[in-house]
Amino acid sequence: MKKLLLGDEAIALGAIHAGLGGVYAYPGTPSTEITEYIQADALARERGVHSRWCTNEKTAMEAALGMSYAGKRALVCMKHVGMNVAADAFVNSAITGVHGGLVVVAADDPSMHSSQNEQDSRFYASFAMVPAMEPGNQQEAYDMMRAAFELSEQLREPVVLRIVTRLAHSRAAVEVSEPMEVQDRGICQERWVLLPGIARGRYAALLEKQDDMLASSETSIYNKVEKGEGSLGIIACGIAYNYVKEALGDKANVLKVSQYPLPESKICQLAKENDAIMVVEDGQPVVEQQVKALLGADYPVKGRLTGDLPRAGELTPDNVAKALGVEGKETMQHSTIVAPRPPQLCQGCGHRDVYTALNQVLATYPDYRVFGDIGCYTLGALPPFKALASCVDMGASITMAKGAADAGFHPSVAIIGDSTFTHSGMTGLLDAVNDGSNITVVISDNLTTGMTGGQESAGTSKYEAICTALGVEPEHVRVVVPLPKNMEEITRILKEEIDYPGVSVIIPRRECIQTAARKAREARKLRENN
Amino acid sequence: MKKDIILCGVGGQGILSIATIIGEAATRAGLNLKQAEVHGMSQRGGDVQSHLRLSDKTIYSDLIAQGSADMIISMEPMESLRYLPYLSKEGRVVTGSKPFVNIPNYPEEEALQGALAELPSLSMMDIDAVAKDAGNARGANMVLLGMAARHLQILGADELRDAIRTVFARKGEAVVEANLKAFQAGLGE
Repeated sequence: MKKLLLGDEAIALGAIHAGLGGVYAYPGTPSTEITEYIQADALARERGVHSRWCTNEKTAMEAALGMSYAGKRALVCMKHVGMNVAADAFVNSAITGVHGGLVVVAADDPSMHSSQNEQDSRFYASFAMVPAMEPGNQQEAYDMMRAAFELSEQLREPVVLRIVTRLAHSRAAVEVSEPMEVQDRGICQERWVLLPGIARGRYAALLEKQDDMLASSETSIYNKVEKGEGSLGIIACGIAYNYVKEALGDKANVLKVSQYPLPESKICQLAKENDAIMVVEDGQPVVEQQVKALLGADYPVKGRLTGDLPRAGELTPDNVAKALGVEGKETMQHSTIVAPRPPQLCQGCGHRDVYTALNQVLATYPDYRVFGDIGCYTLGALPPFKALASCVDMGASITMAKGAADAGFHPSVAIIGDSTFTHSGMTGLLDAVNDGSNITVVISDNLTTGMTGGQESAGTSKYEAICTALGVEPEHVRVVVPLPKNMEEITRILKEEIDYPGVSVIIPRRECIQTAARKAREARKLRENN
Repeated sequence: MKKDIILCGVGGQGILSIATIIGEAATRAGLNLKQAEVHGMSQRGGDVQSHLRLSDKTIYSDLIAQGSADMIISMEPMESLRYLPYLSKEGRVVTGSKPFVNIPNYPEEEALQGALAELPSLSMMDIDAVAKDAGNARGANMVLLGMAARHLQILGADELRDAIRTVFARKGEAVVEANLKAFQAGLGE
């Protein structure tokens, strides 16, 4: 049977059909739809596959490792920068090894469509010394889930499945196969206690497995050679293969790489049969560097480092064709009258009222800074508000405001969303309380994880309790409703708390208008159907 | 035969529904299809686009190469001009005529009309007004699909109608009929 699926959905269905026990994830573009698909899938529901959102990527990774310890197949999904948050658990899961299959999906975002960098998760796989797979299309994404879980159980190591935005968010028909039963190997009989003496032994075991990982790559059906014409050997990783085929068709001498570590003997063979190698890979020049090291300084290796392909940004059919010497079609000029149309906060969004109030109050001080965070409200950095001094990583608003206050700067204000606060803001707030830092924290609570499409937010209805439990004085935890009619009250409270020399928290709380509208539609539909 | 289509508009205008219907029709017709969407931050009032590729042969790339799109289907006139480098010399722009102005530097009407008039092949209609006349004020995207159907070739109007029925079936017969009516108004037969 064929189904029209996004790359993300193909991964989700592939995992369910591979007998998945649970998915653990925090929403992040372009990975969000994987977990959402599993949450909505009838078979996954019937089987009781765990799919509730986690508080952050680290808790997700650890819970998945626990499920693996208990013998079931577990999936962890995140956007590439989520790997930084999960890194402690992820890197050490290579040292403990796994029991039930464990697959870590890292969705990279070359060109930064919705991200702050274009880090390449294949580095994480080689850093942790575990295999990675990189599907080239939606069908492979589906098929590879089964292969990845099998490889994980065979090697007893986590396997990284690396995708990029253009696969995650592109739809194509996928042939699906008969679902496997939920796999269950029973509870692990080993102890994964990484005390130094034990960890040294496990690390030695991981080093010993490297040969098996390489052997698996060398024979993998996903690392295939196609003979073409000419004397240029092309190494095309994941979706890069599609652009190469688009440009050269059957004329390409290509080694398609979709399983890592790199199949070294296949690369040496390709180098021997050709005069030069071109590495085409989306993201950073991970493979290009390794191939250069493998083939030595005298062998010509081209790619992003040599400028044949752009050093930054995603691959396109155009830049790949150009690198391969294929002339593009004649194109029309960019229209000179087209104006940029950047994303903006929705009309009627509560974050707008928060920024209006903040700007109004802060304008009365000689100087001030608002440290921002990751979410829809990051758009407050753009006109008309231009309110933010920074946006770095999940949770950094509170800790950067604290650091600036420690340096003696005032007013030092943090603005953070509800979901981002529970993801990574709480620990920073505890630091600020312990230090008695003179900061004002605005937790702009829209009762959801808005930017990724309105997923549940881990701390909903718990924010006042969390803040006071962390030690913020109850009289300095203030809740307001961000609406234009309340502007006088909001600005008064903001002013009072900015002038209070210590940690204060203001929680403007009003539901995201998108999720509110969706709930209203669903309620209406329910009424109509009854 | 192949058709490479850029679908575009402003976040929230309903271009993904057009993609879903063409996708449904193409799959039923046994065509290969790839459709790259943009999700996430770019949806909020910003420009949105989707690359939709249909072919009876294998499609490799999820993205359309510059200079090779057969059609740009746009909900909005300025957005239809944003992707011109993708359009083939023989390509057609099918667009709604009513500007969606949510930025301070939206081009002047005269400049906009001038740029549109220079296009080699243009189909333009006030899709909002036509949808309203057809009794489906929210059906502007289906009017646009109807306009595009006149030039799509690789899929027929009947195949698209069947797809509209399937895609909207769970929303009830009234919604299906309203969308078919809007589609017909765009098709204009």
